Amino acid sequence: MNNKISRITKRYSEDPARLLDVLHDIHSLKGYVDDDDVEQLAIELVLSEATINEVISFYHFFSKTPVGKFSIYLNNSITACFRGREAVKRALEESCGTTFGSVSEDGLFGLFDTSCIGMNDQEPAAIINGLVFTKLTAFRVKELVKGLKEGKPVSELIYEGTGGGNNADKDIQSMVQNNIRKGMLLLNRDYHKFEVLRKELKQHSPLEVIQIVEDSNLRGRGGAGFPTGIKWRFGRRVDGKHRVIICNADEGEPGTFKDRVMLTEFPELVFEGMVIAAYATAADIGLLYLRYEYKYLLRFLNRILGEMRTEGLLGKNAAGIKDFNFDIRIQLGAGAYICGEESALIESLEGKRGEPRDKPPFPVEKGYLNYPTIVNNVETLASAVKIIKHGAAWYKGFGVKDSLGTKLLSVSGDCRFPGIYEVEWGTSIREVIEMCGAEDVQAIQVGGPSGVLIGLKDIDNLGASNLMKWYKPSGMMVAQKFYDRKLSYSDLPTGGSIIIFDKRRDLLQDVVMNFMDFFIEESCGSCSTCRNLPSVMKQKLQKIIGGHGVRQDIDDLLSWGKMIKVSRCGLGQTAANPIVSSILNFRDLYEGHVQAMTDFDNEFDLEKSVQAANNFVGRKSVFHQN
Amino acid sequence: MSETIEFKIDGRKIVAEEGKTIVEAAKINGVYIPTLCNFEGAKPKGCCRMCTIKVNNRFMTACTIPGAAGMEVESNSEELNDIRKGIVELLFVTGNHFCPSCEKSGNCELQALAYRYQMMVPRFPYVFPQKGIDASSPKIIKDQNRCILCQRCMKTIKDEKGRNYFAYQNRGSKLAVVLDEKMGKEMSDELAALAMENCPVGSIIYKENGFKKPIGKRKYDKRPIGNEIEA
Ligand SMILES: Cc1cc2nc3c(=O)[nH]c(=O)nc-3n(C[C@H](O)[C@H](O)[C@H](O)COP(=O)(O)O)c2cc1C
Ligand code: SF4
Repeated sequence: MNNKISRITKRYSEDPARLLDVLHDIHSLKGYVDDDDVEQLAIELVLSEATINEVISFYHFFSKTPVGKFSIYLNNSITACFRGREAVKRALEESCGTTFGSVSEDGLFGLFDTSCIGMNDQEPAAIINGLVFTKLTAFRVKELVKGLKEGKPVSELIYEGTGGGNNADKDIQSMVQNNIRKGMLLLNRDYHKFEVLRKELKQHSPLEVIQIVEDSNLRGRGGAGFPTGIKWRFGRRVDGKHRVIICNADEGEPGTFKDRVMLTEFPELVFEGMVIAAYATAADIGLLYLRYEYKYLLRFLNRILGEMRTEGLLGKNAAGIKDFNFDIRIQLGAGAYICGEESALIESLEGKRGEPRDKPPFPVEKGYLNYPTIVNNVETLASAVKIIKHGAAWYKGFGVKDSLGTKLLSVSGDCRFPGIYEVEWGTSIREVIEMCGAEDVQAIQVGGPSGVLIGLKDIDNLGASNLMKWYKPSGMMVAQKFYDRKLSYSDLPTGGSIIIFDKRRDLLQDVVMNFMDFFIEESCGSCSTCRNLPSVMKQKLQKIIGGHGVRQDIDDLLSWGKMIKVSRCGLGQTAANPIVSSILNFRDLYEGHVQAMTDFDNEFDLEKSVQAANNFVGRKSVFHQN
Repeated sequence: MSETIEFKIDGRKIVAEEGKTIVEAAKINGVYIPTLCNFEGAKPKGCCRMCTIKVNNRFMTACTIPGAAGMEVESNSEELNDIRKGIVELLFVTGNHFCPSCEKSGNCELQALAYRYQMMVPRFPYVFPQKGIDASSPKIIKDQNRCILCQRCMKTIKDEKGRNYFAYQNRGSKLAVVLDEKMGKEMSDELAALAMENCPVGSIIYKENGFKKPIGKRKYDKRPIGNEIEA
């Protein structure tokens, strides 16, 4: 028995539901989890070893083998690729003396790819031992690795100094930039910390709070757009020994980073929103699920929670309200996009693999440990504070009919001013393009993959255009003819990810392929369709790009894209969107690749296949045709 | 006694106890909805998506949703049957299924569904993935080539402490169902036989017991899958 491991499991009362924390602590201790640790955990947590391995192997940032004294995770989002990722990658491999996916012989460096880390406005970026390094170049990589070899602490190597705002806070000390380009209601310095908790909240009964939020028509900002007031009312109605408020800060949708900026600059606003939600719904357990990529914010966020406790805003009689007991714990994720899906997030919070649950029951009925659970996005909760502060009528003065208030957009890609823009709902794509200084735009990716299901009904009613038929509140490649469309729940809903591609970009080979790889990597894999179809479709796309495609292949892709809609959750249901929406909006690109004159291609060209070998040995094959 | 409810599948009246899933309710009423991952007595998970139905024009899985009074379920439609056939084809091309040499042939639900949906040439290209075989347990062989990741073994094969013999490993397209190395070494004959029986395909084979019943005389050799439900 290893005492250190026992101490860790005891720290979490040998509770298998805290397996993620146990594994995090073991990683902090020694960098990875080995078979002996697993054997011991199995005994102490009364699980089979296979069950523990099943959890470890699910999460990107857990490992059964050493990941190097310095583990370097280089983001592979499309924006990183367009900003020189390849050169950075090569420089890393050269100076670290190893290739991606492995650890150098001296055990110093481990190099790994990773999905979008929420730094799309400052790519290429990497996470080194939990700290974020942005705007990497080959030169910077060499300096960095040299410094690491010399034994300088990772925290001293940030080449540009700390980023603005709270990034310079003593508990963050990160070089990450906020890049707030435009603020309105949320990104507004005219915010007095916890004022609503101290003043306005007490003036309303919980039901009144729900009513105000309902009147404001606030809808979920995490992607699905479910009316927040209704969710709260519903959650309150379900009986349970406990009730749970979860703030979803998993922000994994490629191209989004707004929650990161909110948590850096306005964490009080977010926590305040959680307390308000708890008060309204009579919840006693608060959890904030923070994606691993934002671990560098953890100490800072915990400090603020500590301050809130000291000031009586959390804990017993929270915010000075009698019999209102509520506290918040931050759960660190471990690298899995799917954990942003609310039921997967709950599974993960329970120490398991982040596999979405079948619905119904919905989390409001049976969520965390089967208690009624309300999951809300960071931005939703922050908006609720402003609504309670200024009233529903005030809030309705912003936005358009079915989409009130503002939306934080994470703008990145080919534009001069990537960053966060808080805009009123109803802003058109054209306005966004002007705002961020983009030129020669070829396409815009509005909304990465994200929440679905509930918003669907409204969307179905829209019918009409071909585009809408396919629409899910997610991944949509928008062509020029749609630039006058407006960001709103009924027209172009979005979780806020806007990635711009100018005319230099190869949409199929680079962009669509990159997105498909993302889904292939991030699917939980439990649905037969979502586990298998994206790679089968990617292969077909590769065939088309390679010049072997025929018209039928395009139709096949569309019909397979329909089949994947039977998957359990939004990830699978939208995993074909990059291909489907690019066929619908950029069909020319596909037509340009397929062989127009033939209906059949056997995908195998004997002459071409033996060419390389022939060249090498310097001879020519003779092909007999019959 | 729970209450009896009524709803419709493809226009046909279904009468069942409240709380029964649509798959169960259909079965009692002689309507077959194809399943692979569903297993009587185990918590449904909706992994294979074979039982996909439509309610209010939305896709759902019949194994996870309880029937509700007045519900109108669409199941035996051209669209849904084509999706089901597509899923069977997808499972064939993404594994390595060579029926003639498989001990489970004739008792295999995947094979039986392929017959039922008259699969000829799959619409997808074969992937021919590289997969391994774990024969480390003295009692069973776990052949990953044939595994369709239905979770049935994970859900039903446990020891007296409730620990699982089988578990997932990795995620996405790399997902696998693996046998716990240590527990696999100490597996009883009864459990090994049960694991093989509960596996819908030939991924779990009970060692040293091959071909007791010859191919040709097996469950689905004479009559199609679902036949025992449909009158
Ligand atoms: C694959 C997938 C990923 C998701 N990722 C996130 C996420 O990172 N953050 C988030 O708030 N919601 C995410 N969602 C949506 C959540 O399931 C859920 O709808 C949301 O957190 C509810 O909060 P809201 O009503 O405030 O938007 C995701 C959904 C899916 C299907
Ligand atoms: S759709 Fe994909 S990610 Fe969602 S549950 Fe199914 S396999 Fe997992």
